[in-house]
Amino acid sequence: MAGLRAAEALRRGGFEETIVLIGDEVHAPYDRPPLSKQILSGDWQPDRIALSTADKLADLDLDLRLGVRATGFDLGSRVVTTDDGRSDRVDGLLIATGSRCRTIPGTDDLDGVRVLRSLDDALTLRDDFDAGPHRVVVVGAGFIGAEVAATARGRGLEVTMVEALPVPLSRVLGHEIGVVCAEIHREQGVDLRTGVGVDAIDGGDRVERVVLSDGSVIAADVVVVGIGVVPNTEWLAGSGLQIDDGVVCDATCLAAPGVVAAGDVARWPNQRFGEMMRVEHWDNAIEQGIHSARRLLSTDSDALAFTPVPWFWSDQYDRKIQLAGSVRPDDECRIVTGSLEDRRFVTLYGREGRLVGVVGFNRPRHVMQYKTMIQDDVSFADALTAEI
Amino acid sequence: MKIVVDFDLCESNAICMQIAPDLFEVRDDDFLYVLNEQPGDDDRARVEECVQRCPKQAISIEG
Repeated sequence: MAGLRAAEALRRGGFEETIVLIGDEVHAPYDRPPLSKQILSGDWQPDRIALSTADKLADLDLDLRLGVRATGFDLGSRVVTTDDGRSDRVDGLLIATGSRCRTIPGTDDLDGVRVLRSLDDALTLRDDFDAGPHRVVVVGAGFIGAEVAATARGRGLEVTMVEALPVPLSRVLGHEIGVVCAEIHREQGVDLRTGVGVDAIDGGDRVERVVLSDGSVIAADVVVVGIGVVPNTEWLAGSGLQIDDGVVCDATCLAAPGVVAAGDVARWPNQRFGEMMRVEHWDNAIEQGIHSARRLLSTDSDALAFTPVPWFWSDQYDRKIQLAGSVRPDDECRIVTGSLEDRRFVTLYGREGRLVGVVGFNRPRHVMQYKTMIQDDVSFADALTAEI
Repeated sequence: MKIVVDFDLCESNAICMQIAPDLFEVRDDDFLYVLNEQPGDDDRARVEECVQRCPKQAISIEG
């Protein structure tokens, strides 16, 4: 995603030389959000989620290398190596290798234990669901786990979701909204177990049960692990670039002269919030991909800082949850529209007198209007009283 | 240039409204309204950004 949007931006910016786009998946670039929803539910076939058409890709005149993994880069010689045995000397490098799912150790050889990141992951899990499992266990009640649980329930499957925190999503959305999320899952028939860890996932060739830290045992044919992601930076070991939970960049997304990063893999100081960020959201992959491409084409003196207001959404059952900005558990938090009981509301987050974040449940217009206020540096007090 | 919205796909994320509030509006009923379906070519870059940033890929341009 970030790579394709960057390549498009390079062409729009007038770059006419060779662009090599390397991706380790065999599929042409595709859109990930539908994987946990329409693809997993079976409503859509994979051809619906292509990010570009064959014609548009051809117009970009790329040296497109799919199914090829980047294995190394050397800053001194500016050479990129790939697992097909090739090495290319490059003038500019845009790193958009994304992230991969964390897994539970010891489950690699156990069939039926899945993660959901790629199209192939989604199709494998869809096949599991098609086979009519007796029970699906979802480990982790974060956004991806919640969406998988919602889709599985939509298909009439029995679902147990296990969450280590006492209240799901409380670190991201705060305690009260986390409680609402938990209630929604339970109303939809999910067996939600909170404040409990996973001690073991057992079986023969295929998974048979999940053992929890409170001693309970859940019989399961399918286990979906959604416990976060790690950035794909291993291939850059020894490259000369600074790696620290992502590729460390400056405020303009430059990691080294002629080297930029974008998407899940990039860590940079967002000057708007005065903090280092690594953002795993769909919208950021697009925006940062475009920004970093422009950075490659610009000089140091006219380079712009990358200062977005991060934004993402999650669709679960009939709820659209949206979050914009930078939200921390200790921020001041106030509901401005609707109520938790209605499950249709907007909550604002303030820090040091500034509006820094907004969370909405089924209130997309309001979220976008407050997001604009965050961009405009509106005070928390003014945001609370704004008429929108 | 004509703006075309596939309302079967649109889920009123309101990203387009943030980019081009003079062209797109999500109202209190949570539906998207296109305020000007045929903007001038000056607006093309902004509408193209709306096309790209729409999470549902519901917007397209004709002509």
